[in-house]
Amino acid sequence: MIDKQHLLNSQQMAEFVARGFLRFDELVPAEINEAVMRDIDRQAIKGAPAGTPLSQCYAGTALRHMLDLPAVQGLIQSLVGEDPLFDHDAIHVREPNEGKAQGLHADSIIDLRTHFDIQLMYFPHDVPLEMGGTLLLPGSHFRRVNEMDVAAYQNMRGQIAMVCKAGTLLALHHGIWHCGRQNKTDRRRYMFKLRLNPAVRQLRLWNTQDLEPDYQSQREIYTRNARDGGVQDILSRREPWFEAASGRLEIVNRIKLWRFLTGDNEFDVHYWLGRLENKPA
Amino acid sequence: MATIRQQVLTLYLATSALDSRVLGWSMYDGTGDQAHTTGDSDTPPYETGLDALRDGWRLLQLPVLIPPYPGEEYSTSFMKYGFVFEKLEDTGA
Ligand SMILES: [Fe+2]
Repeated sequence: MIDKQHLLNSQQMAEFVARGFLRFDELVPAEINEAVMRDIDRQAIKGAPAGTPLSQCYAGTALRHMLDLPAVQGLIQSLVGEDPLFDHDAIHVREPNEGKAQGLHADSIIDLRTHFDIQLMYFPHDVPLEMGGTLLLPGSHFRRVNEMDVAAYQNMRGQIAMVCKAGTLLALHHGIWHCGRQNKTDRRRYMFKLRLNPAVRQLRLWNTQDLEPDYQSQREIYTRNARDGGVQDILSRREPWFEAASGRLEIVNRIKLWRFLTGDNEFDVHYWLGRLENKPA
Repeated sequence: MATIRQQVLTLYLATSALDSRVLGWSMYDGTGDQAHTTGDSDTPPYETGLDALRDGWRLLQLPVLIPPYPGEEYSTSFMKYGFVFEKLEDTGA
C-alpha cells in the first residue's frame, strides 16, 4: 500500500471521471526514459499473459522502475487498485513522413461496463507537434461506439494533440477516443502503452480525505457562483465538442460513474438525476 | 470530359439546426489538391453550417432525427447532427 500522499485527490478523480484522462507532464526522470528507449531499440520489452498481476511484470527492467515510482503507483492504485492485472502492452510507432494519421477510435471493442480499465500512455522521448503525438478527445469515454466506427471524425473542437516532453504519462479511461497523428518528421515516434484491469471493486481507492461532508449537498442550479473547483463544478463542465442536448446526458454519465466510485448514491450535479428520481408514492 | 471532381465536407453541428455551431468537421478532396487527415486542424472551416452554404457548399444530406431506442434514452454514441456538403470542382485544363 503506497503512502496516501501519492494517491490522487478527489479533484483529480473528478477530472478523470469528467474528461476520461489525466495527464502528468515530465513525471518520469530522464535516466528511466533513456533506459526504456534503449530497451525499445533492443526489443527487450517483454509483456506477460493477459491477467497476470502487474506486480509480477517487467521484473528488473527500466519499465519496472517507471511503474514503481511512487507517483505512478499512486495513480494506478487510485484508478484500478493496488495490484491490477496486466492486459497487454504495445510499443506504438508512428513512422517518419507518414501520408496520414490513424483513424479516430476507442481501443478494444465496445465496452458497456461502469468498471473501467486504464491505459497508460508513456512518452519516453520529447514529442513536438509535427511528430504525430497521440490525439485524444476529452470527455469521449462514455460514448457507446465500437473501435474505428468513429474514424469519420477528422477534427473535433477541444481535441488535444499530445505535445510533450520526455517522461510524460497519460492515464486514459478505456473508452476514450484517440489516434496516432501524422508524423511529419524524419524520426520515428515511440509511445509505450499499457492496459490494466482492476482486480478490486473501484470504490474510494484514491485519497478521499479532501471530500468535505457537504461536498454533495444540492446547489442552486443556475448560479454563477458554482465555479468553485469542487467535484460538482468539475463534473458540470462541458467539452467544446459536446452537442447541446447530448452534452447534458454526458453530465448524467459522469454522475453515474461518480456514484459508482464513491458509493454516494444521492450524489447529483445540477439536479439532473434527482429530478428524474423524484417519484412520490 | 469527366474533369469534374467532388469535394465532400461533413460538419457535425451542435443541434439539428443547420445554422448551429460547428463542433466537428471532416473533408475529403476528390481533386487531389488537399489531403485531410485526423487531427490536422484545431480550427473549424466554418462557424456554422449555414456559413458553409453561404460559401458555395451544396447540402447533400441532413441528419434524420430518430427517437432514442427504448432503454437507451440516456446513453450517448455517435455525433447526432452530421451535415454532408459537396462542391464540384472542374480540374480540366
Ligand atoms: Fe488505440
